[in-house]
Amino acid sequence: MLSTIRNRMILIGLLILASIIYLIPRNVTVRQRDAQGGLHDVQHRQVPIKYGLDLQGGMHLSLGLDTTVKKVSDPANAIDLALIVLRKRIDDFGVAEPLIQKLGNDQIVVELPGLTEPDRAIGIVQSQAFLEFRLTDKTGALDAALPQMDRALTRLGIKGTGPAPKASGVAALLGSDTSKKGTLKSDSGKKTHADSVASDTTTAQAILSSLIHPASDIGVQALPGEYAVLETAYNRVDTLLNIPDVKRLWPRGVEFKWSQDPISVGTQSYRMLYALSDKAIVDGSHLTHAAAQIDPLTQKRVVTFTLDRSGGRIFGAETGRHVGDYMAIVLNNKVQGPPPVIESQINQNGQIELGNRSLADAQDLALTLSAGALPVPLKVLDERQVGASLGADSIHDGMVAGLVGTLMVIIIMVGYYRWSGVLAVAALGLYVLFTLAGLAAVQATLTLPGLAGLVLSVGIAVDANVLIFERIREELIAGRSVRVAVDEGFKHAMNAIVDSNVSTVVTALFLFQFGTGPVKGFAVTLIMGIAASMVTAVFVTKTFFLLWLQRRPTATTLSI
Amino acid sequence: MVRIFADAAYDFIGFRRRAIFATIILFCVGVIAMIVRTPAINYSVEFTGGTLVQVTILQGNPSQADLRTGLERASLVDPEITPFGPKQYVIRARTAVGNDPDNTHVTAKAISTGLDNVVGAGHYRVDDTEAVGPKVGKELRTKAFLAIFLSFFAVLAYLAYRFEWRFGLAAVVATFHDIVLTICFIAVMRIEVSLVVVAAVLSMVGYSLNDTIVIFDRVRENLRKNRRDHLIEVMNRSINETLPRSVLTHTTALATLCALAIFGGPVIRPFALVMFFGVFTGTFSSVFIAAPVLLIIEGRWPGVDGRGVKVGGKTTSTRGRTQPV
Repeated sequence: MLSTIRNRMILIGLLILASIIYLIPRNVTVRQRDAQGGLHDVQHRQVPIKYGLDLQGGMHLSLGLDTTVKKVSDPANAIDLALIVLRKRIDDFGVAEPLIQKLGNDQIVVELPGLTEPDRAIGIVQSQAFLEFRLTDKTGALDAALPQMDRALTRLGIKGTGPAPKASGVAALLGSDTSKKGTLKSDSGKKTHADSVASDTTTAQAILSSLIHPASDIGVQALPGEYAVLETAYNRVDTLLNIPDVKRLWPRGVEFKWSQDPISVGTQSYRMLYALSDKAIVDGSHLTHAAAQIDPLTQKRVVTFTLDRSGGRIFGAETGRHVGDYMAIVLNNKVQGPPPVIESQINQNGQIELGNRSLADAQDLALTLSAGALPVPLKVLDERQVGASLGADSIHDGMVAGLVGTLMVIIIMVGYYRWSGVLAVAALGLYVLFTLAGLAAVQATLTLPGLAGLVLSVGIAVDANVLIFERIREELIAGRSVRVAVDEGFKHAMNAIVDSNVSTVVTALFLFQFGTGPVKGFAVTLIMGIAASMVTAVFVTKTFFLLWLQRRPTATTLSI
Repeated sequence: MVRIFADAAYDFIGFRRRAIFATIILFCVGVIAMIVRTPAINYSVEFTGGTLVQVTILQGNPSQADLRTGLERASLVDPEITPFGPKQYVIRARTAVGNDPDNTHVTAKAISTGLDNVVGAGHYRVDDTEAVGPKVGKELRTKAFLAIFLSFFAVLAYLAYRFEWRFGLAAVVATFHDIVLTICFIAVMRIEVSLVVVAAVLSMVGYSLNDTIVIFDRVRENLRKNRRDHLIEVMNRSINETLPRSVLTHTTALATLCALAIFGGPVIRPFALVMFFGVFTGTFSSVFIAAPVLLIIEGRWPGVDGRGVKVGGKTTSTRGRTQPV
């Protein structure tokens, strides 16, 4: 019997040791971004039980594929690709211990603890980063097509909103443009066509041409293919341009894109419309690296980029051929800033000017560019932000409740069962230790429901001991000797303990299998608690009893 | 030694009709509460989809009416403002655009615009923002129910293996009873069903099952020991014998729940409240639902116990020795 007790004690000692090892605070390396925007690896010590977002504050996003924008043939594959892109982006973004995981086959969960800029996070996560470089149209193709578009709209019975423009004004406008085009390209055939169209405009309402102004009209230095539209008319023009009958009249080889941001001129706000070549010189798939910088000459934010070798070759050849032309930088279908002029051949390295936007914007752009584009746009299904103070309050309250609850359980157990109650309380202490260590071992995340469950479990964990003690009492009352009563008590209580615990574990396993996030976490806490309770209430308490009996082999009474 | 209910001999089974009647009344109260009030169950944003913002006012002392006006001016429809603590409010709202998942973020923005109007920017702190598309909430709900439902079958199978299918079925019926009554309780008390409350219901399922199994275990044992006794007697004796254990376990559970309710903070309080009810209904159902159901099953399909002897039989008499059929 002595050896049995020794083996039991060794086993308990090993369990305690393992638990302490699991619970020792350890150094965790975390990537963080400092105020200047640099990334640093920061080390800090922490107990290896993760707090859920509801306890430590931060941001939770669940994302799904936005199939309204792009049809997906293989959603599972698209999610996997998106996951890789997101991991890279968020890693570069510098959030301490982010969680990025797949939920089912069509969702991604992103948890960003301690994050204070939710808008920026959503921007990073959703950003498409579909980058293209396109030449602006210098043929004045939109000017030529506008009258036809107006006629098409008139035919469709669409009325203009503004005052009817003076025919002479339109003619003059078109005249000046066509002459400029003539000098540029000396394309006489097109010129006559445009002229004939211009003469027709008097009969049609100038619906679109009254809304789309050459950039020079609003006092901005005019670039080829650049037009200004009042911010208030932006949606209307976009709609009109995309009416199928009008879209058919888009000049061949030209596409229209809007500027990313509106510009202010005087009291008015304008959105720029660009006529661009429908073919990109290169796109973001050739991009290997991007970084945010401040241009030393202009003090403006720029993103410098590097292309891969084949991208660099194409880019060099095309830009070399188009020196003096303007090149629009198109990101997610929006033109970034005024298109710069190509001053000389650009090879593998270039830069994107961001004007007056903040350094944070430049950094975000750089990292979305270098992390690559999402295969399919993502939409936010669920968004949750918890303030850090709320989380801290919850932990504090939960701890206080836990301590008070434990204290009451101790009083009840010791008051009712005396010395045996003390043994049970000692076992309960080990229960808490083992449960926490178990949670640390499987790297479970402690959430608020989990915390509440943990506190409650202290009250329920003594149940096994209560069952055993009541059985021992019954045996004692029936006149058994102390030793026999203890043995019989443990033996008889076992059935009830095993059956009730196994049933609960079975339930928990189903919760784990079919439940979603928080329910899953709850199931893990439950299973850990039951395992720890089985070990402590049955094995540990029995060892204590054996020790006690061994020291007093002739005991006739038991403090129970 | 201190002993409670040491030699109790209450006729629990004799009370079963009155107990079932009480259950039916409670159930009716719950159903009426659900019919009278809309929505029947007060689901939190996590389940319904929508936007919820929890704020602490740092400066100034706006009234709820002030807040409401400010929010409505920010084009929010019917904002729901609940005081949460001193100068703390929970605001639930949707924009005129509706509960479109793509608009949840917009709604959160509109709420802060509204607060800027009333309290002033920087004079309040946003503690918690939740914006959930309806799809996520629906999935959460169906999966939690599916998990409980499927686990019932597994428990049934386990108990059928360890005891007998009759015991398993009775235990599952009792647990089902607890879930239904707890839902009624949630409806009557207007408790907002959040994830914390779901956790409480799940804990309650485990707790109630435990309680039933402990009693059934004793029934099984006593059936083996006293093969000649009528099932009603065996059950009464088993319940009485496990009474000290029940009282003590429920006391410790209730002690921790009290601590949670008093000190756990406003977020945990609903958990404690639901689980508090769960302890009572769990105990009630173990005695007054599980045992009588077992009795009914035995009456209809008289079983054979472990040693090949028929147990149970006619259940018309609740007293006296009825010889097994």
